[in-house]
Amino acid sequence: MNKTDQYFLSSNPRPKKELTLIKAVASPLAVLVSMLFVWWFVCKFGIFPSYAMPSPEDVLKSFREEIIVGRLVNDITASLWRVVIGFLLSSGLAIPIGLWLGQNAASRRAFLPMLNFFRFLSPLAWIPFAILWFHIGDKPAIFLIFMAAFFPLVLAIMSAVATIPSIYFRVAYDYNYKGFELLTKVTFPAVLPQIITALRVIYGIAWVVIVAAEMVGCQDGLGYGIWEARNGLRLDSAVCYMIVIGLIGMGIDRILIQFTKLPNVRWGYER
Amino acid sequence: MFDGVMKDNQLNSRLSLNNVSHSYEDLSVLQNLNLTVKPGELVVLVGPSGCGKTTLLNILSGYLKPSSGSVERVGIIRTVYQHDGLFPWLTVKENISMGLRLIENKSQHENELRELIELIHLQGFENHYPHQLSGGMRQRVELSIVIAGDSDILLMDEPFSALDYQTRLRMRVELVRLLEKRPRTVVFVTHDIEEAVQLADRVLVLADRPSYISRELQITSMRPRNPTDDAVVEASKAILNEFGLQVTEDDKNKL
Repeated sequence: MNKTDQYFLSSNPRPKKELTLIKAVASPLAVLVSMLFVWWFVCKFGIFPSYAMPSPEDVLKSFREEIIVGRLVNDITASLWRVVIGFLLSSGLAIPIGLWLGQNAASRRAFLPMLNFFRFLSPLAWIPFAILWFHIGDKPAIFLIFMAAFFPLVLAIMSAVATIPSIYFRVAYDYNYKGFELLTKVTFPAVLPQIITALRVIYGIAWVVIVAAEMVGCQDGLGYGIWEARNGLRLDSAVCYMIVIGLIGMGIDRILIQFTKLPNVRWGYER
Repeated sequence: MFDGVMKDNQLNSRLSLNNVSHSYEDLSVLQNLNLTVKPGELVVLVGPSGCGKTTLLNILSGYLKPSSGSVERVGIIRTVYQHDGLFPWLTVKENISMGLRLIENKSQHENELRELIELIHLQGFENHYPHQLSGGMRQRVELSIVIAGDSDILLMDEPFSALDYQTRLRMRVELVRLLEKRPRTVVFVTHDIEEAVQLADRVLVLADRPSYISRELQITSMRPRNPTDDAVVEASKAILNEFGLQVTEDDKNKL
Protein backbone atom coordinates (compact mmCIF):
# COMPACT_ATOMS: atom_id res chain seq x y z
CA MET A 1 0.00 0.00 0.00
CA ASN A 2 1.51 3.31 -0.99
CA LYS A 3 1.14 6.78 0.49
CA THR A 4 -1.85 7.87 -1.54
CA ASP A 5 -3.72 4.75 -0.52
CA GLN A 6 -3.02 5.47 3.13
CA TYR A 7 -4.38 8.95 2.66
CA PHE A 8 -7.56 7.65 1.09
CA LEU A 9 -8.03 5.07 3.79
CA SER A 10 -7.49 7.42 6.71
CA SER A 11 -9.49 10.35 5.42
CA ASN A 12 -13.23 10.44 5.61
CA PRO A 13 -14.52 8.98 2.34
CA ARG A 14 -16.98 11.88 2.10
CA PRO A 15 -15.30 15.07 3.29
CA LYS A 16 -17.97 17.54 4.39
CA LYS A 17 -17.78 21.21 5.13
CA GLU A 18 -18.06 21.76 8.82
CA LEU A 19 -21.22 23.78 9.24
CA THR A 20 -21.91 24.77 12.80
CA LEU A 21 -25.45 24.53 14.08
CA ILE A 22 -25.57 28.29 14.67
CA LYS A 23 -24.54 29.05 11.10
CA ALA A 24 -27.05 26.56 9.71
CA VAL A 25 -29.96 27.89 11.76
CA ALA A 26 -29.16 31.55 12.34
CA SER A 27 -29.35 32.98 8.84
CA PRO A 28 -32.59 31.25 7.74
CA LEU A 29 -34.08 32.23 11.09
CA ALA A 30 -33.11 35.86 10.54
CA VAL A 31 -34.81 35.84 7.14
CA LEU A 32 -37.94 34.29 8.66
CA VAL A 33 -38.11 36.85 11.45
CA SER A 34 -37.70 39.75 9.01
CA MET A 35 -40.45 38.33 6.80
CA LEU A 36 -42.76 38.13 9.83
CA PHE A 37 -41.81 41.68 10.70
CA VAL A 38 -42.63 42.95 7.19
CA TRP A 39 -45.97 41.15 7.39
CA TRP A 40 -46.72 42.64 10.81
CA PHE A 41 -45.63 46.08 9.53
CA VAL A 42 -47.93 45.91 6.48
CA CYS A 43 -50.90 45.03 8.71
CA LYS A 44 -50.05 47.54 11.43
CA PHE A 45 -50.00 50.47 9.02
CA GLY A 46 -53.14 49.37 7.21
CA ILE A 47 -51.66 49.24 3.72
CA PHE A 48 -54.41 46.75 2.84
CA PRO A 49 -57.83 46.62 4.54
CA SER A 50 -57.83 44.11 7.40
CA TYR A 51 -60.29 41.70 5.67
CA ALA A 52 -57.81 41.42 2.76
CA MET A 53 -54.67 41.13 4.87
CA PRO A 54 -54.98 39.09 8.05
CA SER A 55 -52.40 39.93 10.71
CA PRO A 56 -50.06 37.37 12.29
CA GLU A 57 -52.18 37.46 15.45
CA ASP A 58 -55.37 36.68 13.49
CA VAL A 59 -53.69 33.74 11.79
CA LEU A 60 -52.41 32.40 15.12
CA LYS A 61 -55.92 32.59 16.55
CA SER A 62 -57.33 30.84 13.52
CA PHE A 63 -54.71 28.09 13.89
CA ARG A 64 -55.84 27.42 17.45
CA GLU A 65 -59.45 27.31 16.29
CA GLU A 66 -58.80 24.90 13.43
CA ILE A 67 -56.82 22.54 15.61
CA ILE A 68 -59.47 22.49 18.36
CA VAL A 69 -62.23 21.75 15.85
CA GLY A 70 -60.03 19.05 14.33
CA ARG A 71 -60.72 20.12 10.77
CA LEU A 72 -57.10 20.90 9.95
CA VAL A 73 -55.82 17.44 10.84
CA ASN A 74 -58.64 15.86 8.86
CA ASP A 75 -57.80 18.02 5.81
CA ILE A 76 -54.09 17.21 6.07
CA THR A 77 -54.71 13.45 6.03
CA ALA A 78 -57.16 13.77 3.15
CA SER A 79 -54.68 15.73 1.02
CA LEU A 80 -51.70 13.55 1.91
CA TRP A 81 -53.65 10.43 1.01
CA ARG A 82 -54.56 11.81 -2.45
CA VAL A 83 -51.06 13.01 -3.19
CA VAL A 84 -49.47 9.74 -2.09
CA ILE A 85 -51.84 7.63 -4.19
CA GLY A 86 -51.48 9.91 -7.25
CA PHE A 87 -47.72 9.97 -6.80
CA LEU A 88 -47.44 6.18 -6.45
CA LEU A 89 -49.71 5.52 -9.42
CA SER A 90 -47.84 7.90 -11.70
CA SER A 91 -44.35 6.78 -10.65
CA GLY A 92 -45.37 3.11 -10.72
CA LEU A 93 -46.35 3.51 -14.36
CA ALA A 94 -43.87 6.17 -15.43
CA ILE A 95 -40.69 4.44 -14.21
CA PRO A 96 -41.10 1.21 -16.22
CA ILE A 97 -42.38 3.11 -19.27
CA GLY A 98 -39.50 5.60 -19.03
CA LEU A 99 -36.97 2.76 -18.76
CA TRP A 100 -38.45 1.05 -21.78
CA LEU A 101 -38.63 4.19 -23.93
CA GLY A 102 -35.10 5.15 -22.92
CA GLN A 103 -33.71 1.88 -24.25
CA ASN A 104 -35.77 1.70 -27.37
CA ALA A 105 -34.99 4.46 -29.86
CA ALA A 106 -37.79 3.51 -32.25
CA SER A 107 -40.57 3.72 -29.68
CA ARG A 108 -38.96 6.85 -28.25
CA ARG A 109 -39.30 8.51 -31.63
CA ALA A 110 -42.90 7.40 -31.85
CA PHE A 111 -44.01 8.52 -28.40
CA LEU A 112 -41.92 11.64 -27.77
CA PRO A 113 -44.19 14.22 -29.49
CA MET A 114 -47.26 12.87 -27.74
CA LEU A 115 -45.56 12.90 -24.33
CA ASN A 116 -44.33 16.45 -24.89
CA PHE A 117 -47.79 17.56 -25.93
CA PHE A 118 -49.40 16.31 -22.73
CA ARG A 119 -46.57 17.66 -20.62
CA PHE A 120 -47.46 21.20 -21.66
CA LEU A 121 -51.17 20.79 -20.87
CA SER A 122 -51.84 22.28 -17.47
CA PRO A 123 -53.42 19.59 -15.28
CA LEU A 124 -56.09 22.17 -14.45
CA ALA A 125 -57.36 21.86 -18.01
CA TRP A 126 -58.47 18.35 -17.10
CA ILE A 127 -60.74 19.55 -14.28
CA PRO A 128 -64.03 19.34 -16.23
CA PHE A 129 -63.15 15.84 -17.44
CA ALA A 130 -62.05 14.79 -13.96
CA ILE A 131 -65.42 15.75 -12.54
CA LEU A 132 -67.45 14.19 -15.35
CA TRP A 133 -65.46 10.97 -15.31
CA PHE A 134 -64.85 10.55 -11.60
CA HIS A 135 -67.59 12.70 -10.01
CA ILE A 136 -66.61 13.94 -6.56
CA GLY A 137 -64.36 12.62 -3.80
CA ASP A 138 -60.77 11.38 -3.91
CA LYS A 139 -60.78 10.08 -7.47
CA PRO A 140 -60.87 13.32 -9.52
CA ALA A 141 -58.08 14.82 -7.36
CA ILE A 142 -55.95 11.69 -7.74
CA PHE A 143 -56.59 11.75 -11.48
CA LEU A 144 -55.42 15.37 -11.74
CA ILE A 145 -52.25 14.63 -9.77
CA PHE A 146 -51.58 11.67 -11.99
CA MET A 147 -51.98 13.80 -15.12
CA ALA A 148 -49.64 16.43 -13.69
CA ALA A 149 -46.92 14.00 -12.60
CA PHE A 150 -46.92 11.21 -15.18
CA PHE A 151 -45.67 12.98 -18.32
CA PRO A 152 -42.73 14.94 -16.92
CA LEU A 153 -41.63 11.84 -15.00
CA VAL A 154 -41.66 9.58 -18.07
CA LEU A 155 -39.68 12.21 -20.00
CA ALA A 156 -37.13 12.66 -17.24
CA ILE A 157 -36.48 8.92 -16.85
CA MET A 158 -36.46 8.34 -20.58
CA SER A 159 -33.78 10.94 -21.21
CA ALA A 160 -31.77 9.69 -18.22
CA VAL A 161 -31.72 6.18 -19.69
CA ALA A 162 -30.94 7.42 -23.18
CA THR A 163 -27.84 9.24 -21.89
CA ILE A 164 -26.31 6.38 -19.86
CA PRO A 165 -22.63 6.23 -20.90
CA SER A 166 -22.28 3.45 -23.46
CA ILE A 167 -19.26 2.08 -21.61
CA TYR A 168 -21.58 0.62 -18.95
CA PHE A 169 -23.27 -1.46 -21.63
CA ARG A 170 -19.91 -2.58 -22.99
CA VAL A 171 -18.91 -3.73 -19.51
CA ALA A 172 -22.32 -5.40 -19.15
CA TYR A 173 -21.70 -7.22 -22.43
CA ASP A 174 -18.31 -8.47 -21.16
CA TYR A 175 -19.92 -9.93 -18.05
CA ASN A 176 -22.99 -11.38 -19.76
CA TYR A 177 -25.70 -9.15 -18.38
CA LYS A 178 -28.69 -9.64 -20.63
CA GLY A 179 -32.42 -8.97 -20.75
CA PHE A 180 -34.10 -8.48 -17.40
CA GLU A 181 -30.83 -8.70 -15.48
CA LEU A 182 -29.34 -5.97 -17.66
CA LEU A 183 -32.33 -3.79 -16.79
CA THR A 184 -32.24 -4.36 -13.03
CA LYS A 185 -28.47 -4.62 -12.50
CA VAL A 186 -27.20 -2.01 -14.96
CA THR A 187 -29.82 0.29 -16.49
CA PHE A 188 -31.85 0.92 -13.35
CA PRO A 189 -28.96 1.61 -10.93
CA ALA A 190 -27.30 3.77 -13.60
CA VAL A 191 -30.27 6.14 -13.62
CA LEU A 192 -31.35 5.78 -9.98
CA PRO A 193 -29.80 9.11 -8.89
CA GLN A 194 -31.71 10.89 -11.66
CA ILE A 195 -34.90 9.00 -10.82
CA ILE A 196 -34.67 10.21 -7.23
CA THR A 197 -34.16 13.79 -8.38
CA ALA A 198 -37.09 13.49 -10.81
CA LEU A 199 -39.31 12.08 -8.05
CA ARG A 200 -38.51 15.08 -5.86
CA VAL A 201 -39.46 17.48 -8.63
CA ILE A 202 -42.64 15.52 -9.42
CA TYR A 203 -43.64 15.41 -5.79
CA GLY A 204 -43.31 19.22 -5.77
CA ILE A 205 -45.65 19.45 -8.76
CA ALA A 206 -48.13 17.04 -7.17
CA TRP A 207 -48.22 18.98 -3.94
CA VAL A 208 -48.87 22.24 -5.82
CA VAL A 209 -51.60 20.66 -7.93
CA ILE A 210 -53.47 19.16 -4.97
CA VAL A 211 -54.57 22.61 -3.82
CA ALA A 212 -56.19 23.40 -7.16
CA ALA A 213 -57.55 19.86 -7.54
CA GLU A 214 -59.33 20.01 -4.19
CA MET A 215 -60.99 23.31 -4.94
CA VAL A 216 -63.35 21.40 -7.18
CA GLY A 217 -65.01 18.09 -6.59
CA CYS A 218 -63.83 17.64 -3.00
CA GLN A 219 -65.46 18.05 0.39
CA ASP A 220 -62.24 18.12 2.39
CA GLY A 221 -58.49 18.56 2.00
CA LEU A 222 -56.13 21.52 2.27
CA GLY A 223 -57.17 22.98 -1.09
CA TYR A 224 -60.83 22.71 -0.13
CA GLY A 225 -59.98 24.47 3.16
CA ILE A 226 -58.60 27.46 1.28
CA TRP A 227 -61.60 27.49 -1.03
CA GLU A 228 -63.97 27.48 1.94
CA ALA A 229 -62.03 30.25 3.66
CA ARG A 230 -62.30 32.32 0.52
CA ASN A 231 -66.05 31.76 0.34
CA GLY A 232 -66.45 32.81 3.95
CA LEU A 233 -63.99 35.71 3.51
CA ARG A 234 -61.88 34.16 6.27
CA LEU A 235 -58.43 34.93 4.86
CA ASP A 236 -56.90 34.31 8.30
CA SER A 237 -57.95 30.69 7.90
CA ALA A 238 -56.66 30.65 4.30
CA VAL A 239 -53.23 31.85 5.43
CA CYS A 240 -53.20 29.22 8.14
CA TYR A 241 -53.80 26.55 5.46
CA MET A 242 -51.14 28.06 3.24
CA ILE A 243 -48.60 27.83 6.04
CA VAL A 244 -49.49 24.18 6.61
CA ILE A 245 -49.19 23.39 2.88
CA GLY A 246 -45.76 24.98 2.68
CA LEU A 247 -44.48 23.27 5.81
CA ILE A 248 -45.71 19.80 4.85
CA GLY A 249 -44.28 20.26 1.36
CA MET A 250 -40.88 21.06 2.83
CA GLY A 251 -41.16 18.23 5.36
CA ILE A 252 -41.85 15.57 2.73
CA ASP A 253 -39.05 16.90 0.55
CA ARG A 254 -36.70 16.45 3.53
CA ILE A 255 -37.79 12.81 3.63
CA LEU A 256 -37.21 12.37 -0.11
CA ILE A 257 -33.76 13.98 0.20
CA GLN A 258 -32.81 11.10 2.49
CA PHE A 259 -32.87 8.81 -0.55
CA THR A 260 -30.04 10.81 -2.10
CA LYS A 261 -27.92 9.81 0.89
CA LEU A 262 -28.07 6.09 0.10
CA PRO A 263 -24.48 4.91 -0.42
CA ASN A 264 -25.16 3.35 -3.83
CA VAL A 265 -26.51 6.57 -5.35
CA ARG A 266 -24.00 9.05 -3.85
CA TRP A 267 -21.84 8.79 -7.00
CA GLY A 268 -24.60 10.47 -9.00
CA TYR A 269 -24.45 13.61 -6.91
CA GLU A 270 -20.73 13.85 -6.24
CA ARG A 271 -19.08 14.07 -9.58
CA MET B 1 -18.89 -23.01 -18.17
CA PHE B 2 -16.88 -22.88 -14.99
CA ASP B 3 -15.76 -26.34 -13.99
CA GLY B 4 -14.76 -25.65 -10.40
CA VAL B 5 -11.00 -25.66 -10.94
CA MET B 6 -9.08 -22.41 -11.32
CA LYS B 7 -7.20 -22.29 -14.55
CA ASP B 8 -3.67 -21.18 -13.85
CA ASN B 9 -2.44 -21.34 -17.40
CA GLN B 10 -4.32 -20.03 -20.39
CA LEU B 11 -3.00 -22.32 -23.06
CA ASN B 12 -6.30 -23.02 -24.73
CA SER B 13 -7.21 -19.49 -25.77
CA ARG B 14 -7.29 -18.61 -29.45
CA LEU B 15 -7.56 -15.18 -30.97
CA SER B 16 -6.98 -14.25 -34.56
CA LEU B 17 -8.12 -11.82 -37.23
CA ASN B 18 -8.22 -12.84 -40.89
CA ASN B 19 -8.30 -10.09 -43.48
CA VAL B 20 -10.40 -7.87 -41.26
CA SER B 21 -11.52 -4.52 -42.65
CA HIS B 22 -13.92 -2.10 -41.05
CA SER B 23 -15.49 1.17 -42.01
CA TYR B 24 -18.02 3.51 -40.46
CA GLU B 25 -20.19 4.54 -43.41
CA ASP B 26 -17.66 6.18 -45.76
CA LEU B 27 -14.79 6.25 -43.30
CA SER B 28 -12.50 3.28 -43.71
CA VAL B 29 -10.82 2.58 -40.37
CA LEU B 30 -9.16 -0.81 -40.65
CA GLN B 31 -7.77 -2.37 -43.79
CA ASN B 32 -6.97 -6.06 -44.31
CA LEU B 33 -5.67 -6.76 -40.84
CA ASN B 34 -4.19 -10.13 -40.07
CA LEU B 35 -3.26 -10.92 -36.50
CA THR B 36 -2.80 -14.09 -34.51
CA VAL B 37 -2.20 -13.82 -30.80
CA LYS B 38 -0.48 -16.84 -29.30
CA PRO B 39 -1.81 -18.18 -25.98
CA GLY B 40 -0.12 -16.39 -23.09
CA GLU B 41 1.38 -13.76 -25.34
CA LEU B 42 1.28 -10.04 -24.54
CA VAL B 43 0.74 -8.17 -27.78
CA VAL B 44 0.79 -4.38 -27.75
CA LEU B 45 -0.76 -2.37 -30.56
CA VAL B 46 0.69 1.09 -30.73
CA GLY B 47 -0.51 3.89 -32.94
CA PRO B 48 -1.58 7.52 -33.00
CA SER B 49 -4.95 8.42 -31.53
CA GLY B 50 -7.85 8.01 -33.94
CA CYS B 51 -6.09 5.26 -35.86
CA GLY B 52 -8.77 2.70 -35.08
CA LYS B 53 -7.26 1.01 -32.03
CA THR B 54 -10.52 1.01 -30.10
CA THR B 55 -12.44 -0.23 -33.13
CA LEU B 56 -9.97 -3.08 -33.38
CA LEU B 57 -10.48 -3.99 -29.71
CA ASN B 58 -14.25 -3.85 -30.11
CA ILE B 59 -13.94 -6.26 -33.03
CA LEU B 60 -11.70 -8.57 -31.01
CA SER B 61 -14.14 -8.57 -28.08
CA GLY B 62 -17.11 -9.29 -30.34
CA TYR B 63 -18.88 -6.06 -29.38
CA LEU B 64 -18.53 -4.95 -33.00
CA LYS B 65 -18.85 -7.05 -36.17
CA PRO B 66 -16.21 -6.22 -38.80
CA SER B 67 -17.41 -5.02 -42.22
CA SER B 68 -15.47 -7.86 -43.79
CA GLY B 69 -13.08 -10.61 -42.79
CA SER B 70 -13.37 -13.10 -39.97
CA VAL B 71 -12.49 -13.28 -36.30
CA GLU B 72 -11.60 -16.47 -34.49
CA ARG B 73 -12.13 -16.27 -30.79
CA VAL B 74 -11.87 -19.05 -28.22
CA GLY B 75 -11.98 -18.33 -24.50
CA ILE B 76 -13.57 -15.78 -22.21
CA ILE B 77 -12.65 -12.25 -23.16
CA ARG B 78 -12.67 -9.23 -20.88
CA THR B 79 -11.73 -5.61 -21.41
CA VAL B 80 -10.02 -2.99 -19.25
CA TYR B 81 -11.10 0.51 -20.21
CA GLN B 82 -9.33 3.84 -19.90
CA HIS B 83 -11.79 4.97 -17.26
CA ASP B 84 -15.35 4.38 -16.04
CA GLY B 85 -15.05 0.63 -16.52
CA LEU B 86 -16.31 0.11 -12.96
CA PHE B 87 -19.98 0.42 -12.08
CA PRO B 88 -20.16 3.45 -9.77
CA TRP B 89 -23.17 2.07 -7.89
CA LEU B 90 -21.26 -1.01 -6.77
CA THR B 91 -18.57 -1.19 -4.08
CA VAL B 92 -15.05 -2.46 -4.83
CA LYS B 93 -16.09 -5.87 -3.57
CA GLU B 94 -19.28 -5.95 -5.63
CA ASN B 95 -17.45 -4.79 -8.75
CA ILE B 96 -14.83 -7.52 -8.38
CA SER B 97 -17.63 -10.05 -7.84
CA MET B 98 -18.76 -9.32 -11.40
CA GLY B 99 -15.64 -11.10 -12.58
CA LEU B 100 -16.60 -14.07 -10.42
CA ARG B 101 -20.17 -14.36 -11.65
CA LEU B 102 -19.68 -17.88 -12.92
CA ILE B 103 -18.52 -19.22 -9.56
CA GLU B 104 -21.61 -20.46 -7.83
CA ASN B 105 -19.98 -22.05 -4.79
CA LYS B 106 -20.26 -19.37 -2.11
CA SER B 107 -17.16 -20.10 -0.06
CA GLN B 108 -15.04 -20.46 -3.17
CA HIS B 109 -16.41 -17.13 -4.35
CA GLU B 110 -15.48 -15.51 -1.03
CA ASN B 111 -11.98 -17.00 -1.03
CA GLU B 112 -11.31 -15.89 -4.56
CA LEU B 113 -12.61 -12.41 -3.77
CA ARG B 114 -10.33 -12.07 -0.75
CA GLU B 115 -7.35 -13.34 -2.73
CA LEU B 116 -7.97 -10.80 -5.51
CA ILE B 117 -8.26 -7.89 -3.09
CA GLU B 118 -4.99 -8.94 -1.46
CA LEU B 119 -3.41 -9.30 -4.88
CA ILE B 120 -4.10 -5.65 -5.72
CA HIS B 121 -3.31 -4.47 -2.15
CA LEU B 122 -6.69 -2.93 -1.52
CA GLN B 123 -7.49 -4.55 1.82
CA GLY B 124 -9.64 -2.12 3.79
CA PHE B 125 -11.24 -0.68 0.65
CA GLU B 126 -13.67 -3.54 -0.01
CA ASN B 127 -16.70 -1.43 0.80
CA HIS B 128 -15.55 1.80 -0.83
CA TYR B 129 -17.26 3.03 -3.96
CA PRO B 130 -15.20 3.83 -7.10
CA HIS B 131 -15.65 7.60 -6.69
CA GLN B 132 -13.98 7.34 -3.31
CA LEU B 133 -10.78 5.88 -4.81
CA SER B 134 -7.87 7.44 -6.66
CA GLY B 135 -7.45 6.83 -10.40
CA GLY B 136 -4.67 4.29 -9.85
CA MET B 137 -6.68 2.37 -7.29
CA ARG B 138 -9.65 2.25 -9.65
CA GLN B 139 -7.51 0.80 -12.44
CA ARG B 140 -6.13 -1.81 -10.01
CA VAL B 141 -9.71 -2.84 -9.25
CA GLU B 142 -10.36 -3.11 -12.99
CA LEU B 143 -7.32 -5.33 -13.42
CA SER B 144 -8.52 -7.59 -10.63
CA ILE B 145 -11.96 -7.93 -12.22
CA VAL B 146 -10.61 -9.02 -15.58
CA ILE B 147 -8.23 -11.59 -14.14
CA ALA B 148 -10.92 -12.90 -11.78
CA GLY B 149 -12.33 -16.36 -12.26
CA ASP B 150 -11.80 -18.07 -15.54
CA SER B 151 -11.03 -15.33 -18.03
CA ASP B 152 -8.66 -16.29 -20.84
CA ILE B 153 -8.03 -13.20 -22.92
CA LEU B 154 -7.62 -9.64 -21.71
CA LEU B 155 -8.14 -6.66 -23.97
CA MET B 156 -6.74 -3.42 -22.65
CA ASP B 157 -7.88 -0.14 -24.14
CA GLU B 158 -5.33 2.46 -23.03
CA PRO B 159 -5.89 1.35 -19.44
CA PHE B 160 -3.33 3.67 -17.88
CA SER B 161 -3.63 6.71 -20.14
CA ALA B 162 -5.79 8.70 -17.74
CA LEU B 163 -3.24 8.33 -14.92
CA ASP B 164 -0.33 10.58 -14.04
CA TYR B 165 3.12 9.47 -15.22
CA GLN B 166 4.39 8.03 -11.95
CA THR B 167 1.21 6.09 -11.29
CA ARG B 168 1.37 4.85 -14.87
CA LEU B 169 4.89 3.49 -14.32
CA ARG B 170 3.75 1.80 -11.13
CA MET B 171 0.72 0.27 -12.87
CA ARG B 172 2.89 -1.26 -15.59
CA VAL B 173 4.90 -3.09 -12.95
CA GLU B 174 1.68 -4.07 -11.25
CA LEU B 175 0.28 -5.53 -14.48
CA VAL B 176 3.44 -7.56 -15.06
CA ARG B 177 3.24 -8.88 -11.50
CA LEU B 178 -0.44 -9.85 -11.85
CA LEU B 179 0.20 -11.63 -15.15
CA GLU B 180 3.09 -13.50 -13.54
CA LYS B 181 0.64 -14.85 -10.94
CA ARG B 182 -2.23 -15.38 -13.37
CA PRO B 183 -1.03 -15.77 -16.94
CA ARG B 184 -3.44 -14.54 -19.57
CA THR B 185 -3.37 -13.80 -23.27
CA VAL B 186 -3.27 -10.03 -23.57
CA VAL B 187 -3.93 -7.54 -26.35
CA PHE B 188 -2.92 -4.12 -25.09
CA VAL B 189 -3.62 -0.96 -27.02
CA THR B 190 -1.81 2.30 -26.34
CA HIS B 191 -0.46 5.43 -27.97
CA ASP B 192 2.42 5.41 -25.48
CA ILE B 193 5.55 4.00 -27.16
CA GLU B 194 7.44 3.62 -23.90
CA GLU B 195 4.54 1.69 -22.38
CA ALA B 196 4.40 -0.57 -25.42
CA VAL B 197 8.04 -1.57 -25.33
CA GLN B 198 8.11 -1.92 -21.55
CA LEU B 199 5.30 -4.46 -21.53
CA ALA B 200 5.17 -6.31 -24.83
CA ASP B 201 6.35 -9.66 -26.08
CA ARG B 202 5.46 -8.29 -29.47
CA VAL B 203 4.74 -4.73 -30.55
CA LEU B 204 2.60 -4.06 -33.60
CA VAL B 205 2.87 -0.58 -35.01
CA LEU B 206 -0.36 0.64 -36.57
CA ALA B 207 -0.23 3.16 -39.39
CA ASP B 208 -2.76 5.97 -39.59
CA ARG B 209 -6.29 5.48 -40.98
CA PRO B 210 -7.14 3.18 -42.62
CA SER B 211 -4.93 1.22 -40.27
CA TYR B 212 -2.69 -1.63 -41.20
CA ILE B 213 0.26 -3.13 -39.34
CA SER B 214 3.31 -1.27 -40.58
CA ARG B 215 5.90 -2.92 -38.38
CA GLU B 216 6.29 -5.81 -35.99
CA LEU B 217 8.87 -6.03 -33.19
CA GLN B 218 9.69 -8.95 -30.91
CA ILE B 219 11.03 -8.01 -27.50
CA THR B 220 12.49 -10.96 -25.69
CA SER B 221 14.08 -9.43 -22.59
CA MET B 222 12.69 -10.40 -19.19
CA ARG B 223 9.88 -8.45 -17.55
CA PRO B 224 9.54 -6.26 -15.51
CA ARG B 225 11.60 -3.86 -17.59
CA ASN B 226 12.76 -0.32 -16.89
CA PRO B 227 12.07 2.42 -19.41
CA THR B 228 15.85 2.89 -19.42
CA ASP B 229 16.81 -0.75 -20.18
CA ASP B 230 18.86 -1.17 -23.35
CA ALA B 231 16.31 -3.43 -25.06
CA VAL B 232 13.52 -0.99 -24.25
CA VAL B 233 15.45 2.02 -25.53
CA GLU B 234 16.42 0.17 -28.73
CA ALA B 235 12.84 -0.82 -29.44
CA SER B 236 11.63 2.71 -28.68
CA LYS B 237 14.07 4.07 -31.23
CA ALA B 238 12.83 1.67 -33.87
CA ILE B 239 9.21 2.69 -33.28
CA LEU B 240 10.00 6.42 -33.19
CA ASN B 241 11.71 5.90 -36.52
CA GLU B 242 8.68 4.15 -37.87
CA PHE B 243 6.50 7.13 -36.92
CA GLY B 244 9.13 9.55 -38.29
CA LEU B 245 9.55 11.05 -34.84
CA GLN B 246 13.17 10.11 -34.19
CA VAL B 247 15.36 13.24 -34.13
CA THR B 248 18.40 12.61 -36.34
CA GLU B 249 21.88 14.13 -36.05
CA ASP B 250 21.01 16.17 -39.12
CA ASP B 251 18.02 17.75 -37.37
CA LYS B 252 20.19 18.60 -34.39
CA ASN B 253 22.83 20.28 -36.53
CA LYS B 254 20.25 22.34 -38.37
CA LEU B 255 19.24 24.21 -35.23
